Amino acid sequence: MPNILEVQDLVKKYGDFTAVKGISFTIKEGEIFSLLGPNGAGKTTTISMLSTLYAPTSGDATIAGHSVTKNPMDVRNAIGVVPQELALYEELSARENLIFWGQMYGLSGSALKERVEEVLGQIGLLDKAKDRVKTYSGGMKRRVNIGVGLLHKPKLLFMDEPTVGIDPQSRRAILDTVKDLNKQGMTVLYTTHYMEEAEELSDRVGIIDHGELIAIGTQKELTKQVGETETLVLHVGENEDPQALVTAFKNVPDILEANVVDHEISIITPSATDVLAPVVSKANERGIKIHSIDIREPNLEAVFLHLTGRALRD
Amino acid sequence: MLKTFLIGIKDVKLAFRDRAALIFMLLAPFLLTLGMGLVTGRFSGNSSSGISDIPVVIVNQDDGDLGQALVDTFNSQDLADLVEPTFGSEPEAARSMVDEDQVAAAIIIPAGFTNSIIPQQGAFNNGAMPEAVKIELYANPSRPTSAGIIKAIVDEFLSRIEEGTVGGQTSILQLLVSGRITPQEANAAGEEMTKRLQDAPNNSQLAITLNTSTADGEELDFDILAYLAPGMALMFLMFTVSYGGRSILAEKAQGTLPRLLVSPTNSMQILGGKVFGIFLTGVVQMLILIGGTSLLFQLKWGDSLGVIVLVLAAVFSATGWGMIITALARTPAQVGSVGSAMMLIFGILGGSFISLEQMPPLIQTISRITPNSWALDGFTTLALGGTLSNLSTPITALLTMGGVLFLASVLLFGKKNLVQK
Repeated sequence: MPNILEVQDLVKKYGDFTAVKGISFTIKEGEIFSLLGPNGAGKTTTISMLSTLYAPTSGDATIAGHSVTKNPMDVRNAIGVVPQELALYEELSARENLIFWGQMYGLSGSALKERVEEVLGQIGLLDKAKDRVKTYSGGMKRRVNIGVGLLHKPKLLFMDEPTVGIDPQSRRAILDTVKDLNKQGMTVLYTTHYMEEAEELSDRVGIIDHGELIAIGTQKELTKQVGETETLVLHVGENEDPQALVTAFKNVPDILEANVVDHEISIITPSATDVLAPVVSKANERGIKIHSIDIREPNLEAVFLHLTGRALRD
Repeated sequence: MLKTFLIGIKDVKLAFRDRAALIFMLLAPFLLTLGMGLVTGRFSGNSSSGISDIPVVIVNQDDGDLGQALVDTFNSQDLADLVEPTFGSEPEAARSMVDEDQVAAAIIIPAGFTNSIIPQQGAFNNGAMPEAVKIELYANPSRPTSAGIIKAIVDEFLSRIEEGTVGGQTSILQLLVSGRITPQEANAAGEEMTKRLQDAPNNSQLAITLNTSTADGEELDFDILAYLAPGMALMFLMFTVSYGGRSILAEKAQGTLPRLLVSPTNSMQILGGKVFGIFLTGVVQMLILIGGTSLLFQLKWGDSLGVIVLVLAAVFSATGWGMIITALARTPAQVGSVGSAMMLIFGILGGSFISLEQMPPLIQTISRITPNSWALDGFTTLALGGTLSNLSTPITALLTMGGVLFLASVLLFGKKNLVQK
């Protein structure tokens, strides 16, 4: 498959602060590519530059053969954007919103009407189409927000954290929609700070942190970077001192890395079962009560931890 | 162009679906007009224009009866509360009084005025018509309402004389041509006509307590609401334009402006659409208020074409103010605060509450920066029977003001890089 997106050394600076530090990557037609990173990593800024909202400080990107800096109007015709924040007119109904945005993408007449009804069906809001958006639940609004991005059948769809702040049911519906769209042939660039979403949806993942793309590849390729390791996760009580326990692990063989997030200690090890006994012993020695223990296969969280020394939620 | 139009239409729809905005755009001006109408006695039949003792200087150089009849009219009991005439002998001195803003208008009745209308004996012997001599009304441009009232009184006086003159002369000429009367008999008939004309202005009850005629001849009362209603509509028009301006920044904050910017719509189309939306909302608001007050209060706004053109010019100018405060502000809340302050200040300065003629000259001068004052002049002129042709000054002023403000706001928007990062 040819590349639909090619990014070359994209940089965005705000005064002295560099939000995006020369990232480069490509996306092939038909792929779901996720940019995974914590809040403030530069995901939204990257999407803003690729969607021509912000001009890059340097570098360039081509989408469907059009440069975002030289041919922004051609790029806009080729892309659909689902922004992180709801960008809808709440006093208009879902149908009126879709009609307006369809018109902004050059649709008109019966083509517009048909496409609006099609999208309303796709996002499951045909029966509520006449209601004003302000009367919708958060999940329903998110679905309209996605619907707007689909109206003109873009070649590449940017979805910027579309599941932030919604209930699990709506989140599931959105993830299913993304998969359906991809099955229909749409290429998707999806940003998230939820590892599970990236794992479930993506053909390839780019991990971004502090404006740098620190790893890129399929899930398998990325987890290989961590090696054949497992993650042992200890949940300790709220009154306990997990950092003291991590310090005690320094002399335990086979513990490659140990990090604390809130009251959770993640231990990266070649064999979780081998280190389980000494870990529990160290906890008992210090009188630290362990509430529960999970053993996890290598995942993107572990990759991020391995690459940055921090958890995605940090 | 189509997208600009569509964005504008969308904004009108949004504005008229916002209940809070509707209260300010339509309900508030209606209620305030109604309230002020009640205070001024408009609805109790005890109507008062709120305008009294209009200073006017009259120079009567005519030694005939009609000149004196006009002087008597201004001295009549009927107009005692409305006008405060003084009399002079020098036209130039009278004009100076106007120039110095001592009076609202000077009426100069030239010598031979009566003779130009009522021919001397023997004038019909050769069938020639007497040469016209015109009364000069020298109006004070800074007191358009008062000057308009004086003009209306003079117009009323002249129209009654003209009716009698044309009818009489036509009759006598027809009798002469047909040979039914001799030139000597025509003189006798002329004397009779003279007698009737001399009696005409005084005998008939001059309905000139603020009466004038529209272009189509319809009699029209100057209604205090014709001043109050546009005053209130113009004041709340300033709310509408600031509301519209605020929507530009609000769209930025709520993400719809960035979403528009990543659609195949360029920033000029978007900005143009927003401006068009503000303009259109203002026009619709004004037209609803005009229609509503016409229906509910039986208010006659005057010449329809003049009203429409004046509304367009006033909204254009007001939109310019809305754009400039939007270009200067950083947040929607700032536009809202500045817009509310502007609405009130412009309302007061522009004469929405108190006639500008009752304000000090400095305030009258400052008031000219407001669209309210120019538009109110125009609406008053129309209510007094003026037509579009009488509105060149306020319309030119409004369009110029709007144009300058638009230019300045476009430059400011460019500097702020509001829509394109």
